[in-house]
Amino acid sequence: MSFLELKDLRIHFPTDDGLVKSVDGLSFQLERGRTLGIVGESGSGKSVTSLGILGLHKGGRARISGEIWLDDEELVSASADHVRTLRGKKMAMIFQDPLSAMHPYYTVGAQIIEAYRIHNKVSKAVARKHAIDMLGRVGIPQPERRVDSYPHEFSGGMRQRAMIAMALSCDPELLIADEPTTALDVTVQAQILDLMRDLQQEFNSALIIITHDLGVVAELADDILVMYGGKCIEYGTATDIFERPEHPYTWGLLGSMPRLDRDRGDRLIPIKGTPPSLINVPPGCAFHPRCVYEDRTGGAARTDVPELLETEGGHLVRCHLSPEERRVIWENEIKPNLESV
Amino acid sequence: MVTYIIRRLIWAVAMLAIVSMITFGIFFLVPRLAGATSESLAARYVGRTAGAEQIKVAAERLGFNDPLIVQYGRFAKGIVAGAEYDYGPASEHCPAPCLGYSFITQLPVWPDLIGRLPVTFSLALGAAVIWLITGVATGVLSALRRGSVFDRAAMTVALAGVSLPIFFTGIVSLVVFSYGRPLAITAPGGTYTPFFANPALWAYGMILPWITLAFLYAAGYARLTRSGMLETMNEDYIRTARAKGLPERVVVTKHGLRGALTPIVTIFGLDVGLLMGGAVLTESTFSLPGIGKYAIDAITNQDLPKVIGVTLLTAFFVVLANLVVDLLYAVVDPRVRLA
Repeated sequence: MSFLELKDLRIHFPTDDGLVKSVDGLSFQLERGRTLGIVGESGSGKSVTSLGILGLHKGGRARISGEIWLDDEELVSASADHVRTLRGKKMAMIFQDPLSAMHPYYTVGAQIIEAYRIHNKVSKAVARKHAIDMLGRVGIPQPERRVDSYPHEFSGGMRQRAMIAMALSCDPELLIADEPTTALDVTVQAQILDLMRDLQQEFNSALIIITHDLGVVAELADDILVMYGGKCIEYGTATDIFERPEHPYTWGLLGSMPRLDRDRGDRLIPIKGTPPSLINVPPGCAFHPRCVYEDRTGGAARTDVPELLETEGGHLVRCHLSPEERRVIWENEIKPNLESV
Repeated sequence: MVTYIIRRLIWAVAMLAIVSMITFGIFFLVPRLAGATSESLAARYVGRTAGAEQIKVAAERLGFNDPLIVQYGRFAKGIVAGAEYDYGPASEHCPAPCLGYSFITQLPVWPDLIGRLPVTFSLALGAAVIWLITGVATGVLSALRRGSVFDRAAMTVALAGVSLPIFFTGIVSLVVFSYGRPLAITAPGGTYTPFFANPALWAYGMILPWITLAFLYAAGYARLTRSGMLETMNEDYIRTARAKGLPERVVVTKHGLRGALTPIVTIFGLDVGLLMGGAVLTESTFSLPGIGKYAIDAITNQDLPKVIGVTLLTAFFVVLANLVVDLLYAVVDPRVRLA
């Protein structure tokens, strides 16, 4: 069994307006030392998935079913208190906006020390030394001085480094980064991505990067999972997704990605429409109201939910178009547009 | 940080000066705007039987014919440096801070006020401890169990608490709980024993006023804490704290409550400061001889120097409380220290 394995995970939230199916039957596997990128628009269920793996929906209103196996331990049925002891130690998370994700009233050092001491029975002095050590490892200059600074005294990039130091303080084997660079300047983004890659190799941890930015996953991910309306609609290696994407939604994401090698005259091609409501998911293929090729499925897209099927070598796609049709569309209609230089 | 403290101190002193001007204005300028003359102002200081000639002499002696700025200067000097009162043949020195002499008792006002402070302090501080603990605890529990039976019950009681006046809850509690009543837990109303004379009796006599006053405030604090906690528990840093694997108890207290604390500290300081100037309703309901009771008596008897004294003392405590709150703010919220 893989280090991390999700089997048919469903996370539903009952609300006054109806049942919100944030995650609806998600399965994937991840090994140590590998990086998985989860890509999707806002509301596609990617953040809910990551919080679900950490067990942060337990005890709330969420209805969770399916299985989450982490290192041969099943977490959905485990007690909330047991999952809490794994949280921060075995699996840790880096959040999007490090300013709001760190407590404004405690020093950066105090927050790292706290994270370390929950899981390690050490004195404050030892934990402090460890915190300074961690801050130094994530590239914060003068860590023995900055350990006593407050989050608001750090720049955005420094804060994200501190956040990473906090997440890594207990050597987690699974690290989940939720939009780790979205709130940062582009120049700082590159530094943070480099840092994460280096640290992952050093710790040999499994890494999940959650983002809407294909540039970020292109940089880091070994495998990519594209989510839409709470479901996986395409899964493959980074090469599969960037060289031979098969789902019309993935084509749309690639088409709306700004690239330096493109003519300035060329317009980006946005995906028309808006992400689906997770309460009234469109019948059939959730993407069909926005899909340009919907009429080529003979109406199946409007009535039947497509299966997630393997096309070749572990590349999975959830689409009613036949593999041949998809290949033809990709080669003739999509690829030339993306490569028009 | 040092410049912050110095700035706040200067601000507090300036505030006190302004407060003294306003107080002076209320009692000596506003009546003139409404048509009062030097004589009618002086008439407040002499007996009802005094004739027109005597009033005229008194007005001259009290300086009501001088320009206003000179009158204010004399008023302020009395507070800062003391004053000399000239009664013709004899003169009397009134040591600083001189707030004048009571019309009724002929005693200087300041020692009177000081003598009553322990009662008001006992009432305010005792009640403050009770309402802070119960109010905040109720608010936290309500926020964590939002929509539960506990939450609804607590918020209903809190609504009653902020709506019911002291003279109602106080009298009801006296009827039910005071000495000689079925559920007697305290002495008959109006029994104040100084703390240093007998701490047990002191607490025994104060318990009902404390609870009555605390009930009013606890209700407000419960609501404030509840809304503050609901807000902070949705913050990203709470999610981070949980993601670290902190036990929920630590998440709630160390991270949630800490974040919701700032407005509570602010309001708490101001409330306590205001109460130092006398809890008028509580003190008169329970016949406690504190500053509030003193104020009520002074107003009923139209004893002007006493009224001015209480006004200035209350204002002083409010300004002091503001200063303390500003300094506490910097302790509670590190982001303020830079400012």
